[in-house]
Amino acid sequence: MAELGAGSLQVGDPAFNYQEREFNERLKRLYPAVNEEETPLPRSWSPKDKYSYIGLSQNNLRVHYKGHGKNHKDAASVRAAHPIPAACGIYYFEVKIVSKGRDGYMGIGLSAQGVNMNRLPGWDKHSYGYHGDDGHSFCSSGTGQPYGPTFTTGDVIGCCVNLINNTCFYTKNGHSLGVAFTDLPPNLYPTVGLQTPGEIVDANFGQHPFVFDIEDYMSEWRAKIHSMIARFPVGERLGEWQAVLHNMVSSYLVHHGYCATAMAFARTTETIIQEEQSSIKNRQRIQKLVLAGRLGEAIDATQELYPGLLERNPNLLFMLKCRQFVEMVNGTDSEVRCFGTRSPKSQNSYPSSPSLSPRHGATNPHLHTTDSPTCSNGVTSKNKSNSKYPGVSSASSSSSSSPSSVNYSESNSTDSTKSQAHSGTSNQETSDSEMEIEAEHYTNGLADASSARIVNGTYKHEEILQTDGHGLGNGLAEDGSTSRQLCGGNLAATERMIQFGRELQALNEQLCRDYGKNPTHKKMLQDAFSLLAYADPWNCPVGQQLDPTQRESICSALNSAILESQNLPKQPPLMLALAQANECVQLMARVRAGSCSFARIDSFLH
Amino acid sequence: MACMLEAPLRISVLSEVTATSRHYVDRLFDPDPQKVLQGVIDMKNAVIGNNKQKANLIVLGAVPRLLYLLQQPSSSLELRTECAVVLGSLAMGTENNIKSLVDCHIIPALLQGLLCQDLCFIEACLRCLRTVFISPVTPVQLLYPDPTVIPHLMSLLSRSQRTQEYITQIFSHCCKTPEHQTILYNHGAIQNIAPLLNSPSYKVQMQALKCFSVLAYENAQVSMTLVNVLVDGELLSQVFVRMMQRDRPIEMQLTAAKCLTYMCRAGAIRTDDTCIVLKTLPCLVRMCSKERLLEERVEGAETLAYLMEPDVELQRIASVTDHLVAMLADYFKYPSSVSAIADIKRLDHDLKHAHELRQAAFKLYASLGANDEDVRKKITETENMMDRIVSGLSESSIKVRLAAVRCLHSLSRSVQQLRTSFHDHAVWKPLMKLLQNAPDEVLVMASSTLCNLLLEFSPSKEPILESGVIELLCSLTQSDSPALRVNGIWALMNMAFQADQKVKVEIVRALGTEQLFRLLSDPDANVLMKTLGLLRNLLSTRPHIDQIMSSHGKQIMQAVTLILEGEHSIEVKEQTLCILANIADGNTAKELIMTNDDMLQKIKSYMGHSNVKLQLAATFCVSNLIWNEEDGSQERQDKLREMGFVDILHKLTQASDPSLCDSLFLLSSRAKTAMQQYLA
Repeated sequence: MAELGAGSLQVGDPAFNYQEREFNERLKRLYPAVNEEETPLPRSWSPKDKYSYIGLSQNNLRVHYKGHGKNHKDAASVRAAHPIPAACGIYYFEVKIVSKGRDGYMGIGLSAQGVNMNRLPGWDKHSYGYHGDDGHSFCSSGTGQPYGPTFTTGDVIGCCVNLINNTCFYTKNGHSLGVAFTDLPPNLYPTVGLQTPGEIVDANFGQHPFVFDIEDYMSEWRAKIHSMIARFPVGERLGEWQAVLHNMVSSYLVHHGYCATAMAFARTTETIIQEEQSSIKNRQRIQKLVLAGRLGEAIDATQELYPGLLERNPNLLFMLKCRQFVEMVNGTDSEVRCFGTRSPKSQNSYPSSPSLSPRHGATNPHLHTTDSPTCSNGVTSKNKSNSKYPGVSSASSSSSSSPSSVNYSESNSTDSTKSQAHSGTSNQETSDSEMEIEAEHYTNGLADASSARIVNGTYKHEEILQTDGHGLGNGLAEDGSTSRQLCGGNLAATERMIQFGRELQALNEQLCRDYGKNPTHKKMLQDAFSLLAYADPWNCPVGQQLDPTQRESICSALNSAILESQNLPKQPPLMLALAQANECVQLMARVRAGSCSFARIDSFLH
Repeated sequence: MACMLEAPLRISVLSEVTATSRHYVDRLFDPDPQKVLQGVIDMKNAVIGNNKQKANLIVLGAVPRLLYLLQQPSSSLELRTECAVVLGSLAMGTENNIKSLVDCHIIPALLQGLLCQDLCFIEACLRCLRTVFISPVTPVQLLYPDPTVIPHLMSLLSRSQRTQEYITQIFSHCCKTPEHQTILYNHGAIQNIAPLLNSPSYKVQMQALKCFSVLAYENAQVSMTLVNVLVDGELLSQVFVRMMQRDRPIEMQLTAAKCLTYMCRAGAIRTDDTCIVLKTLPCLVRMCSKERLLEERVEGAETLAYLMEPDVELQRIASVTDHLVAMLADYFKYPSSVSAIADIKRLDHDLKHAHELRQAAFKLYASLGANDEDVRKKITETENMMDRIVSGLSESSIKVRLAAVRCLHSLSRSVQQLRTSFHDHAVWKPLMKLLQNAPDEVLVMASSTLCNLLLEFSPSKEPILESGVIELLCSLTQSDSPALRVNGIWALMNMAFQADQKVKVEIVRALGTEQLFRLLSDPDANVLMKTLGLLRNLLSTRPHIDQIMSSHGKQIMQAVTLILEGEHSIEVKEQTLCILANIADGNTAKELIMTNDDMLQKIKSYMGHSNVKLQLAATFCVSNLIWNEEDGSQERQDKLREMGFVDILHKLTQASDPSLCDSLFLLSSRAKTAMQQYLA
């Protein structure tokens, strides 16, 4: 029980930590659907939920008998600290018989909370056990049924609970003995009972590899559940299926503003896109600005294109402005960048691709990187730093392109998917269907040096991964150490920032007056202002805010607000379906449908 | 029934169909090659899935013409390929089609075609060859006459996934004998096929796997090679283990388990290897479960029976794995009463597999109970087990009868079962019936079981004796098969043990001394041992000894002399000396030894033999000769003293002290007992 928690804060013996980590990893692998915050897994015997004749040792994993052991009235049991969560799907633990003691009257099994502990498992209602002296199974009854072989010192007995069909089988030294119990009730605890002096058993709840190959058994059930899902009958005709799927994909592309891809998709699948193409592009443009950290321009553009939108959503406006302040600190917002040594609008390289890519489970290693590989689709900056695209070298870094001039070449929209895959090889391509692959953050105008390191004329997939690796985890710190300075190190810019901060403060007060106090706003503002308290904001406790990934949430909030204002769904149906499926699986866990363990969404997403 | 209805119809339709069919054949003879090609293509489209059309075309002689076109160098590659495709399609029809194709020498023609460079053509030829060879009517040896064929097929394995699939499938169907295994092995089958186990194509993987199962079956050479083979850096046994993972297709799990079973039985993998104990065995037990198809259950049970036959530990483990013993009881429930009413198709399916299921279950029970008494008890306690065996013994299917008697034999090794369930169910009755008229393999098992039933503590012994079994057993001793001779004489030996005079006389009469002495010179040592055992059992208790020796003494003494002089194992000589000791125990029979100085010399020399067992038996014999309480003991003692026996006895009492091993101690005490006869 003491080991609860992820183990990340454990200190001391490294070997212990290693074991602990291995234990956690094994549990995570065996029971991926279990949310241990809601339903913790059994990890040891409970020092409270036991009869007095039971002694525990070795981190509450070893059980020994300390009673008189005269007759069955001296039997004693202990339960695990937690019941078996249904979301395990299939649960397994093993018990090693260290010593059979005087008579070897040992029972291994399961019992519900509250079952009398002065008994061996199996003798009472909601209690189930397999006994070593006669090899019988006891199913809530004082008389056993012939079940398996006897067991004694040195044997390893396993107990597997199948929460999908509510059965249980045992193993002996790695051999399955066949089903022992059916129709098991929920919320059972692993339980052992001893009855004569000298009996000692050790539990393995996953601390060590199991003798029996439980993962092989699980794989069979995973395959069963998957084929059940695959064969699930669907009423509709095939054609409608197809149309639904097309619409899902199309609406997803449109939602995120992958304009050219969406158009190409619509053309080939002959689906209709509800939204105007220009509207998609407008949203795309605003998103890009947000993701580039150019919040001021984004706000201007929004007000220009969707007048009244921000007025109707003061909270959103406040969020945007807060972010704008942060970006000023960062030196990315145009209001401070214009004080830079170079032409303010010249640096069109964005730290990250301007569109959100959906997150597909935590298994994706790119997720926590700050950079583009997660945002691999469609939209991209029109004008890249010339070192990356030697073909457009005429567009020198100083050849400015104001944000408003961000235009969208459609030159290759005929086959957008193809061009995505090969865009790196054709230098002229600057269309919006190219993939954005910049992996560095340009906090100020001095980014050229670092960009030269990673960018070259042709890129391949491997390079994405590689650059990703460079950027991973050190995004800000890397550059900040040398070139990062508050507001790009410009005094005038800093003054502008301070002034903006005051305006922001005023806006907050205004909102408080109009709508009452808003703790979220207060917190946001505090966090943003805190950045100024540190000499190196990028390496401070609130420095996380400066991370470009933090732009993504506000970007999608703004995008959703725009869509909502146009009477379009603020969530793409694909994401809704995905979220619903995820929610259903979690719901299954709560209503104790064990199959949820093998119906994981991420096993269907690649 | 369906046939009778269809027959007249078919005749009338045939004439119409043949007319159109003839048109297809005629076009094959067109002088314009382009038209011939079109004709072949049309023919291809016409025969697909149409068995009647296929039969017609064959009757009309399309095959020789197609083969001619296929072999003709002047034919275009396209035409030759299409010909091979049509022939492949024809082969997909009935077994008669295959026979006709084989009769037209399609196999050499297609094998010849494989020498062509064009992959499409090769694939078409291989596809057709595959279809022909997997048919049970095709003699598999047709693959082997030309020694260049196998190496060429091996070289084609690298061409495409299709060639891999077809060639491995041909191999796995054409490898039926140890010679075939050796041929394939010598041409590098293992190295060539092993990489295919990791093929991206499931079909190729499966056929490669099947190849290994037939190659390894009872072949130590192949199996020993297999264990050391690496596939992409992974040991082959580990590849097989991976293929037994529970989320793999059942067919793959089962075939991989077969491969490992065969490798284990061929001695390449130890029976206590984890890949056998923790992987192969549980996998095969799973194949026996109710969830599997009937065919899979049969194959699973048979393979499992084979795997654990020689190993008691595996038998013990299997007996507690997943309720296997109870699971097998389900094999006898086909066709189930429900299926008969519910579903005719299912009934048909059940009926077809019922025999196979029963025999597989019997085999597995036989294997499970081969060595462990607890397992036997568990088996006999299974519901209706003995009744099932009894009815299995008289089933029409030989396979079932054989398996049932094997099972009975396994269980008959249990003293407890012989005393209880065997007697309660009168299993001797169907067993005796089975012995009357059965093929040799059944007879071997049945007579072996009978041996156990005739053990003296078996309550079945009496009724069997009364059923006139002696004649039957005597006739077995005249069989050509050594196994049957052993069983016959063994059963007689058991029968004679502590039997009454009447039975002994009956045995001697029925067997006849001539046959008895013929058996004493049997080339099979086992037969000789059991015959000596029979003699020894016959020559027990004084009146019986004297009676038999008075009528057959001369021949018996001759036989004994012969054996003692001949080149025989210690066990045989010991048994013979024991017979001599029994003779020495008789009242009148003694004289046959005492008057035979040559024999006495022999006994004397065996008392000084280097083997304690022989010394013991010889001393025993002497001790019987000089026993005090009998008439004329004084003369015999004197005679032996003269011959120097006393000195030897004296030496034997001295030579050994009680701290030595048991038999030496026994010898010295026996010698002391003998010495006491002199002292008294």
